[in-house]
Formats: sequence, structure tokens, C-alpha cells
Amino acid sequence: MAWLGGLVTQLLHVALMLFAAPLLVGVLRWLKARLMGRRGPHPMQPWRDLLKLLRKRPVLAESASIVSRVAPYLALGATLLAAGLVPSFAFGMALAPVADLLLIGGLLALSRVALALNGHDAGTPFGGLGAGREMTFAVFAEPALLVCVMVFAVLIGTTNLNAIGHGLSDGQIGVRVSLLFAAVALVAVALAENARVPVDNPATHLELTMVHEAMLLEASGRHLALWELQAALKMLVWLGLLATLFLPFGVAAPGSGPFSWAVGLLAWFLKIGLLALALAVFESAIAKMRVFRVPEFLGGALMLALLAAALIFVSTGLA
Amino acid sequence: MGFGDLSYDVAHLLGGAMLLISFVLLYQRRIFALVNALALQGGFLALAALWQAYVQAAPQLYVTAAIALIAKGILIPIYLRRMVTQLPPARRAEPASGIGASMIAGFLLVGLSILVVLPATSGARALAREDLAIALSIVLLGLLMMVTRRSALAQIAGLMTLENGLVLGAVGVAGMPLVVELSTAGLVLVIAVIAGIFARVLHERFESLDTSVLDPHRGEGS
Repeated sequence: MAWLGGLVTQLLHVALMLFAAPLLVGVLRWLKARLMGRRGPHPMQPWRDLLKLLRKRPVLAESASIVSRVAPYLALGATLLAAGLVPSFAFGMALAPVADLLLIGGLLALSRVALALNGHDAGTPFGGLGAGREMTFAVFAEPALLVCVMVFAVLIGTTNLNAIGHGLSDGQIGVRVSLLFAAVALVAVALAENARVPVDNPATHLELTMVHEAMLLEASGRHLALWELQAALKMLVWLGLLATLFLPFGVAAPGSGPFSWAVGLLAWFLKIGLLALALAVFESAIAKMRVFRVPEFLGGALMLALLAAALIFVSTGLA
Repeated sequence: MGFGDLSYDVAHLLGGAMLLISFVLLYQRRIFALVNALALQGGFLALAALWQAYVQAAPQLYVTAAIALIAKGILIPIYLRRMVTQLPPARRAEPASGIGASMIAGFLLVGLSILVVLPATSGARALAREDLAIALSIVLLGLLMMVTRRSALAQIAGLMTLENGLVLGAVGVAGMPLVVELSTAGLVLVIAVIAGIFARVLHERFESLDTSVLDPHRGEGS
């Protein structure tokens, strides 16, 4: 009956992800507004926007090719699959055997490629500019992610996310400097990947500074809804990844019953809520950096990840 | 592997946090943030000394912790902060050039310190070796900061973080005499004051804290 439990948790998990992703964006906006002394829109507002946009027909530019039609589905599909792989309230879901960190990184990279192609497709200068910037940031962000994966692979002996979360939560490993460095590097990468404040401002439409929004300027109607859902899901994937890797507490073990699932669900809401609050405070406290400084910021993240890898080789006695 | 030893884990994490702050110091160009990071590093150093005092049951290390907290966590940052507030706002940041190169150099220095420490301590436990490597890295990063920065205040900050690394390495090994610690702490306070006076004179004479303005006055002829 283990496969049945795995299937049920997997389906529940995907439904939870789809429901919670726009809600997370709404909660983040609301928290930021409250922190800045504004009242802020209702947390369900992104959901309402999504439902409204989904009913609308997309208007495509005359110069748009098939890429503009296919890219939103490709990106959303890849991100949804990645979201299905990152555990939320239970380990050992049906897709757990393939929940590999490298696969998740690859799926996110695939959705990024679709997004950049979409930016280029209509041939407007802003789209191309945004796509170029996104790819420049990826040059640093993706190696940093891969090196962090290597740290976990050396420490736990696998790149499977379930095994890593399980290995870290039973307390055998202890606190490691490498984990601290990898955490800082991954947080920096997550900020860049989700176009959050020091790298990009999610609330602006100022042409000179935007990255993520610039690639979506030509999207409308249903396609825009898909892109917004994709961005929200990516955000949730990254927060879930950080929660699984660095706060793997309270997650239900494989093959456990509905009661542990409920406990895991509560823990998951707590963890994601804490991360969202930390993100909102961080974003309210600091200013966006110049675009030319972002490669330095992400290069610093890459350095920290390399450092974590170097130290993990020393402390495990491999060097 | 069995690394469940709490006393090493905590010491290790505090050392790691200090190394992380060293990289922040290397990366940060605004002098105010630099001073804040330096104060934070002093605080972590005090915590590390406190933890070692508790673990090794060595009362003199409590004195070390108190000195670290009062001198490096509070007094020197306040002193530097007062100097920064006398500067015009445009001078409170350095031009952000060469950050990438200095980060890479910092990374290589950490690698170097690992390579140096490992053969020298082949008998010791893995985590103790890593702690020594971290302390040596902090020292080297402080040196790197003094070499690469042009602002006199940033160079003072580099000197302070160098000394933080020294003390971190010293408290990690059991049995450092209190006399050594007291004299080092006194030395650093004196150096900080002298460096501050030097920076102030530099500012008065040249209206700048950039030490490169001194280069034409080295008397080497031209």
C-alpha cells in the first residue's frame, strides 16, 4: 500500500502547490505593504487577477511566432514538474525516486530558456534586453546552484532531495560551516532567480531596471496568466527547496498516515510563512542594486558555494 | 561519520560566521556598513571565546571574551563611526572596482590556508583542522583587505579583522596564556588609535582618506 500513500501525497502536494503559489505572492505583497505602512491588497488578489486573465484571449504581436504560443505552456509545465518534485509536507511521494536536485535545476533552467525565448520572440527591444540580462545572471546563478548540490552530494552521498532532507533531519550530520555557506549562496541565487529586490524589483515597470517584467511585456490574457502562475510556482519551489534543505523538520516520513501529513502540513505553512516574512523584511530594508553590480553579487554567491565545497572536502577527510 | 559533537559544532559555526563576515568586509564598499560588519565580527569573536571558555573550563578566556566584546564589538566601531560621520557623504563609499578580483583572491587565500594547515596538523581531528584553517583564512583576508583597499578607514578595518582571526585561532587551541592575550589586545587598541590619528591627519592635510594621495610624496624622486 506504500505506492497508494505516495500517489495520494503526490496529488495532494501538487494541488497544494497550485493553490498556494499565487497565495504566496499575495501574502508577500501584503506583508511588504504592511511593513511599509500601507494597507496593501488582499492576499487573494493574485488569484483574482489570475482567474480574470485566464478568461481573456491573448493578443499576440504581428511579428510573434509559434514560440510565443508554446513558451508559456512549456515554462509552466517544467516549473510545475519541479514543484511536484520538491517535498512539502511528506517525504516519499510518488515522484520521490526521481526528485533529484540536478533534475530540479534542469527543469528551472528549461523554464528560464522558454522565458528568454519569449522575451526575444516579438522582437521588441525591451524583451531582448530583459532576456539578455536574465541569461547574464544565469551564468553565475546556475553554477552556484550546482556547486551547492555538490556540497550536499559529498555530505549525504546522494543528490536525491528526499534522501538529503531525511539525512539532515535525523541529526547525524550536525552543524557544518559548509552548510552555512551553501545556505547563504542558495539564498542569493534564489533572490536572483525569482527577480526579488537586490537583483530586480517585482513591483516596478521602469524600463531601465526591470528584468523579469521586460520579458513579459508582450504577453497578455491567458498567456500572461500562465507566466504569472509560473513565476509564483518558481518562487514556491525555491522557498520549498530552502525549507527542505535547511529546515527539514516536521516533514512526514515515507509511508506515514494522514495525521503525520497534517503535522507536516502545519510545519510547512510555518516554514514557508517564516521564509516569506524574512523575505518581506529583507526587501523592505534594502535597495535594489545597479544591474552592473548583480554579476558581482552572484559571483560572490558562486565563491561562497565553492568555498563550501572546499571546506566540505576538508572536513570529510577526502582532501 | 559521526560528527555529533556539540562543542565542536558550535565553535565551528561561530568561526564560519566570522569567515563569512570577512567576505562581507571584502565585498562591502560603504564605510558605514563596513564598520557595522566589523562590530558584528567582534561580537562573534566574543561569542566564540565565551564558548571556548565554557568548553575548556578556562576562566581566563572569559576575560578574552570580555575584551573582544568591549574593544572590538563596541569601542573601536564607535570610534570609527565617529570618524566616518565627519566625512562628507560622497566620501563614505569607495568606488566599486575590483570586487570580483578581490573575491577571487580571497577564495584562493582560503584555499591556500587549507593547503597550509592540513599537512601541518595531520594528527588532529578533522574539525579542529578546519577551525585552524578558518582562523588562518580570516588573518589572510584581513591582510588582503589592507592591501587592496585605498581608503584609510577600510585599511584600519582590515587590520582589525586580521587581529580577530589571530585571537580566534588562539582561543581555539587550549592553553593560551592570559599575558599574551592581554598584550595583544592592548597592542590592537593602541594601533587602532594611532591609525585613527593618522587617518585624521591625512584627512586634514589632503581633504581625502585615499592613501594613494601619499604616493607622490614618497621622496623617491621622479
